Amino acid sequence: MNSISKAQNNSMQWRYFKQKLFFSTVRLSALIIVLTLGGIIFHIVFNGIGVISWDFITQYPTDSMTKGGIMPAIIGTLYLTVGAISVGLPLGIVSAIYLTEYAKQGKIIRIIKVGINCLAGVPSVVFGLFGLGFFVVFLKFGSSILAGSLTLGFLILPTIIGASEEALKSVPQTFREASLALGVSKWQTIFRIVLPNALPGIMTGSILGIGRAAGETAPIMFTAAAFFTSRLPGSIFDEVMALPYHIYVLATAGTNIEQTRPIQFGTVLVLVALVLGVDLIAIIIRSYMRKQKRW
Amino acid sequence: MNRQRKEKLIKIIFFIFALISIIILGMILFSLFREGLPLFKKISIYDFVFGLEWYPTADTPLFGIFPLIVGSVIVTIFATLIAVPLGVLSAVYISEIAPQSIKEILKSSIELLAGLPSVVLGFFGMVVVAPWMQETFDLPTGLNIVNASVILAIMAIPTISSISEDALYAVSREFKEASYALGATKFETITRIILPSALSGILTAVILGMSRAIGETMVVLMVAGGAAALPESIFDSVRPMPASIAAEMGEAPYRSAHYQALFATGIVLFFMTMMFNLIADHISHKFKQVGSGTL
Repeated sequence: MNSISKAQNNSMQWRYFKQKLFFSTVRLSALIIVLTLGGIIFHIVFNGIGVISWDFITQYPTDSMTKGGIMPAIIGTLYLTVGAISVGLPLGIVSAIYLTEYAKQGKIIRIIKVGINCLAGVPSVVFGLFGLGFFVVFLKFGSSILAGSLTLGFLILPTIIGASEEALKSVPQTFREASLALGVSKWQTIFRIVLPNALPGIMTGSILGIGRAAGETAPIMFTAAAFFTSRLPGSIFDEVMALPYHIYVLATAGTNIEQTRPIQFGTVLVLVALVLGVDLIAIIIRSYMRKQKRW
Repeated sequence: MNRQRKEKLIKIIFFIFALISIIILGMILFSLFREGLPLFKKISIYDFVFGLEWYPTADTPLFGIFPLIVGSVIVTIFATLIAVPLGVLSAVYISEIAPQSIKEILKSSIELLAGLPSVVLGFFGMVVVAPWMQETFDLPTGLNIVNASVILAIMAIPTISSISEDALYAVSREFKEASYALGATKFETITRIILPSALSGILTAVILGMSRAIGETMVVLMVAGGAAALPESIFDSVRPMPASIAAEMGEAPYRSAHYQALFATGIVLFFMTMMFNLIADHISHKFKQVGSGTL
């Protein structure tokens, strides 16, 4: 009797030991991820903060980009991002409305969804080739803000569709039924009832899309980005400098790579602050909204 | 126009917009083929895919992308080996073990990690990891397979973690309760019940993570070293396909064989990632859990 309970006890101890071991491994892996993020951000801030000044973000680069600021790259990235969202947002929202409000489960919706997933998986450099082959060469836009914005807009489309679908689905079915029961037509229901309620969700998704568009390099390399411009773009058919491309150029092909290291870190810091700042806003709005939800 | 016809018209317009993702995929294929296929009038597809020498700018240029394919595959495999344990375990931690406050922090960290622009991670690998690795292991260069794989893994972790987490959440409560009722520990419930039930979702996550890694451009461009030869050790440099495209497109004369070869490389890359995405889609669709009774 005694030995049986002892054996049981042992095996219980062994089972809990295994559990402890497993939990420690799991906690460790979570810790590694947080530390990696923390380490990268710390390193960038630590090395980059020194060059950040008002002049750095408002001046043109000077002395073949070894001194001066990065203002044209910041402006260029803003232009490209605004362009990308103006392309991606309307297309994405309309796409999502069809998928959630109109389409019936079946072959067609399945094919469309597979298409969206495949588009989301297209490598960024292939988007770059596409932008070059289609907008720059075939449609003869040249390397320009227009070509870059369209390429980036198509790149972020799956993100926006996904976020919009999610937001539209979260609007309770009873809202739609109440509206339809009052004799309101379907599309008025969508525009007056469903869309306004889904709008905050759609916006947070789009903000994440903005972050993505601002940080991409490969899609704009052959479609919009210039090594150096001495003035700001005059029209959407001009090339622009952009922050991500500027980092790549300075770090790999600059005139004096080692000497401009501080400027490189500074540019990286500005880009990271921009992108993560935008992402953080989206995350905060979303968690605020979840708490505020009335239904 | 009466109301019903108007409704119908709106539905059709929305449907056309919903097809946009498929249309864009078509446009991508069209431009890749238009610019890339003429290459195969000059060399055979076999020599292109299995050719061992990539000397695009030599007097008699050679366009064999086999070393580039090997480079892509090898960094993807190593990145997956690093990212899968960290991604899946962190997902287990978030969905099953972590207290609410840590969960929020970890989820935000992973989301911010996903938001880091690839050029920033590439820069970090090049400027911080490479010199450290070169010194510590006494290597000829820190820009090599190991370094590129680690950085790619950092990019793939958020994808793997967040999709795995969704899969773990989807495991029905009854399964867990039944397991606890039989006297299983939490560890046993996780490894024998929850993980197997979520396996198809986790597999989807892994494949999508791999697809992300194989198509990632800036990291391999800046960190993999760029040697277009078959590697002999894990500390050798490689030149994955996206790196080759991004690095050389700027210098390849318009519609030269070199330019066409880069587009043709893009075609190979496109179909490789497409295949990954279709497999992932197939798995997630086929094993979709429909209520707790079907498993």
